[in-house]
Order: sequence, then C-alpha cells, then structure tokens
Amino acid sequence: MSAQLQTQRPALVRQWPRLVIYLFLVLLAVLYLMPIYVLLITGMKSFAEVNLYKMWDLPATFSLDSFAKAWFGSEAEGFRGLSGNFFNSVQLAVPATLLSALLGSMNGYVLSKWRFRGSNTLFMLILFGMFIPYQSILIPLVQVLKQIGLYGSIPGLIFVHVVYGIPITTLIFRNYYATVPTEMIEAAKIDGANILGIYRHIMFPISMPGFVVVMIWQFTSIWNDFLFGVIVTSRPEVQPITVALNNLAGSYIVEWNVQMAGALLAALPTMVIYMLLGQFFMRGLLAGSLKG
Amino acid sequence: MADPSTPLSVPRVQTASAAPIRPTRWLTFDRTVSLLLIAPSVLAIAIFVYGFIAFTGFASFTRWNSLVPDFTLVGFSNYQKLFDTTRFQIDLRNTVTFTILFLILCLFLGLVLAVLLDQRIRGEAIFRNIFLFPLAVSYIVTGVVWRWLLNPGSAQLGATGVNLLFDKIGLGFLKNGWYTDPSIGIKAVVLAATWQMSGYVMAMYLAGLRGIPEDLREAARVDGANEFQVYRHIVLPLLQPITLGAVIILGHMSLKIFDLVVSMTGSGPGFSSDVPAFYMFDTTFRGNNFAQGAGIAVILLVMVAVLIVPYLIYSMRTEAET
Repeated sequence: MSAQLQTQRPALVRQWPRLVIYLFLVLLAVLYLMPIYVLLITGMKSFAEVNLYKMWDLPATFSLDSFAKAWFGSEAEGFRGLSGNFFNSVQLAVPATLLSALLGSMNGYVLSKWRFRGSNTLFMLILFGMFIPYQSILIPLVQVLKQIGLYGSIPGLIFVHVVYGIPITTLIFRNYYATVPTEMIEAAKIDGANILGIYRHIMFPISMPGFVVVMIWQFTSIWNDFLFGVIVTSRPEVQPITVALNNLAGSYIVEWNVQMAGALLAALPTMVIYMLLGQFFMRGLLAGSLKG
Repeated sequence: MADPSTPLSVPRVQTASAAPIRPTRWLTFDRTVSLLLIAPSVLAIAIFVYGFIAFTGFASFTRWNSLVPDFTLVGFSNYQKLFDTTRFQIDLRNTVTFTILFLILCLFLGLVLAVLLDQRIRGEAIFRNIFLFPLAVSYIVTGVVWRWLLNPGSAQLGATGVNLLFDKIGLGFLKNGWYTDPSIGIKAVVLAATWQMSGYVMAMYLAGLRGIPEDLREAARVDGANEFQVYRHIVLPLLQPITLGAVIILGHMSLKIFDLVVSMTGSGPGFSSDVPAFYMFDTTFRGNNFAQGAGIAVILLVMVAVLIVPYLIYSMRTEAET
C-alpha cells in the first residue's frame, strides 16, 4: 500500500508510509487487549496447569473448571460462588434501568418541550447531581434507607440507582427530544392534543433510539456499580456481583485463576451488550457532544 | 466507570422556539401536568442530592464520631484534625499525582489514537472497538485483573505478570515492584485507570475530528502547509473545547476514584495508593467516625464543584446563546 493511497484525504500519510500507522495501531491494540488475553486464557486453564509464573502461556488443554468454581463456589474451601450474586445484579439492573429510563423520558420531555421560567436553572441543578462524589450523600442515605426499611435489600438498591440515575437519563432524553421539531408539537396542539396526548402519540413512538441509549448506559453503570452496592447491602445473599467479586478477590483462600474467571463472569453481560450494541453505548458516552 | 458524558453541547438546539404556549392562564391543564411529571424527580433530587449534601455538611461540624449520633457542634475541628492527619495529607498528594498523570496519559493516548484512526484506516471500527472496550467493564473487574498483571512476583519464584513479560521481551530492566513499592503506589493504579478510560478520550477527539470540515484542512494544504502543520495549526486548535471537556470529565473522575483503588490495591504500603474517597469509606463505615467521614466528603465535593460548576454554567450560557 502506498502510491495511490497517498493522494487520498487526510493527514500524516504524505510523510509517513501508511504501514507505520497500521503498525502503531496494531501494537496499541495488542497492548489494550493484553489484560483481556490474560483474563481469557487463565480462565480456560485447568487447575493443574495454572501457574502464576507461566501467566502468559497459552493453555495446553481446555478446561472450564475455574469458571465452574467461580460460579458455584466451593463448600470445601468455604467460599460462595458468584451465581447468586449474578442474578442479584440482574434483578437489580433490569428494573432500575427501566424505571430510570421512564423518569428520564418524562423529565426530558418537559424540560425540552414544556419549558417554563427557570426550567434551565432547574435542569442545571438536576445535572449537578451526576457529578457529585457520592461520598457526600452516603451518610444520610444509609440513615434514611434504614428509616424507610429499604436498607440492605435489592429494592433499596434499585431505589438508589433510580434516584441517582435521574440526572444522566434526563440529560440524554432532553438532548434527544430537543432535536424533535417544535412545529410538530405546535401542530398537534392546534389539533387539540394536550401534553399527554402529544407524548403518547408523537414523542413516545419516536423515542426508541433515546430509550436504547439510556437503557444501555444505565444498565452498564448499574451493573458495574460498586459503591452503592457495598454501602447499601451487607449480606452476601443480596450483594450485587461487583461486591461479591471484590470479596472473592480479596479472599486469600481463592485461587487467582478462580478470581480471573469470576472477573470475566462479572464482565460478561456488559461486554456482550457492548459487542452487540456498541454504537449506542458510544452515544450514551458522548451524550451531549453528539446531536440526536 | 460510573461517570458519564460531557454536557458540553448539552443543548445547542432551539431555546426560543420552546416558549410557553397559551399565555392566557398560567396554570393551564398542560402546565399543571408538566409540573406533575417532573415533580417526583425534582423532589428526589432536592432531598437525595441537596438535602443530603446539607446534612453531610452539618454532620462534618459535629462530634458524631461513634455509632451513637452526637450532634454537638464543634466548628471546624474535624477539618483541622483531618489536615493534620498524615493519612489525609498523603491522600491529597496521591490525588494530585493521580489526576496529573491520569490526565496527561489519557489525553496523550486519546489524541494519538484518534489521529491515527482518522487516517482512513481499514478496519477502523475494529480498532475503535478494541480501544473503547475497557469502558464497558467495571472498575472492580479492571482492578482484579490489573492486580495480577502488576503483581511483581517474588524473589524466590521469579517474576510474574507484566514483569515476566518484560523479561520475555528483553526489557527486564523495566521490572519493578509496582503497587507493592511505596514510591510507585498510586501510579500503578494510574496505569489501570488509563487502560480503562483513554478510549473515552479517543472517542471524544474522534467525534471532534470528524466535525472539522475537510475544506479547512484542504485550504491549509493549498496554502502550502504540510500535514504536521495542518494538525498543529488547524486541527489541534479546533479541538481545544474537546480537550477542556475531557480535562473536566476525567479530572472530576480522578478526584472521585474509589472502586479501582479498592479492588486493585487498597490503601497500599504506607497509604501509598490511598485516596480521599477510600479514606472516607474506611473511616465512616468501618471506623464509625461519621463526622470525620463527612468532612472528607465535603472536601471532595468542594474540589469537584470547583471543577464542574463553572463548566456547567459555561455550557448553559453557550446553549442560551445559540
């Protein structure tokens, strides 16, 4: 590759042979994939083969023993597997995601299409909530959750994630709805539609892309959350998988290949979502800096 | 990786056109319903963000340093004690070290990756996905993996992880103790954090690069600029707002860094990888020093607010002008 490509559009090309660019990219890609490589091959090694000092060697035989042990635990060694916690995380992330998407959609609709005096200031005050270090609300949060009987339970965690998810979901939906022409709303009003009718018949039907972005974002953040999980749930039976994984990894009786397998199990759902719906994940990431 | 999104161009879309409708009566049906729709969220944010912050602020001025709440006011003494505590002083230094290194590495790598990917690369999507991929996993997962990668091994049994890799490729002189070495400590965590977050900066820069019209670059080339000059004088200056956004988003993340430290190193030898967010968690929920924990939380909040509030206001102004 060279001569004919050099006349093409961008950049550095004219000085550097393209090969160098590809070489750089491949090298960087290898670097970025290294931790994933270790994660994968370690999980697939049999217990006989696992050796910290041969960490980088490919497995000679294929075995899922590490995964099995991380998933089911080991009564003999006295540690819990991650299976229960995996399903705790599912039970937590799915409803919390749906609820916060719904709230975000309502807020975004009002704050983009039914503005009132001070609505922008209100929006900014809401937005601030997504940047705060959660340490600054944890102390009263625990007290209040105890008072209302939600402390230490999955519904309690759902509640917390829905509340602190309001800013980001509102932001994404507000930006999304802002791209809907106001003329459409005005026309519907002239036809006698009210705020709910307009939402039901105009906004909601075109909201799917917004919902996908928000739900992927929320699911990923909630699944990956650790701080709320560790603060709100103390019993292992109700802890989400990130908390359980951290406990597993902090335990001296658990072999490191089991820890790696556990890490992969904990990462699996968001990794699958990312691979299938990466585009939307990107959009959530850049919420705001991309239009529509 | 909880934290999100640049509200940089939050809106930029019609402000004027969304003017209130039917100004006859203020409380029309629509208006009432619109307020009712956002009421639950507004109430929740008012209590769970602002109310709770106020309470934390209050608690930081009390003597509540045991399981039994004691709301006797003690002025700034919790803060005074904190700043006199060695651990907290180390934490603040670690935060500065972490923030600076993390920002430099992420911005540099993010920009390099974005510029490389902007060269009409075959398989661009594959490369992009590889660099973005770490963003999808939890800090806890990252921490567990990197703890083993940066495990220095032992003198008797030999090197492991990255050190072993260095041996294999003839870079053995680069071997070191990583997070077990107090002089490295938090810098080892920076490596893992950079692995996870640099793709984010790449995505931001890439979106920015794609937004620069090719005409601009072409015009510069016609004027005799070479490719380096085009980047130096045309492209990079246009990417400045993105750099600002990235600095603020990553900066506030590094002030709050917690999960990664917990799962990768904990406090480390001599608190060499300790951070305020972890100290707060430790002293509050393990040590029951609620007032002291509240004090750390308030300091964290102030640091984040100093960074974020001007940015939010700036974003809103930009919106209003458009």
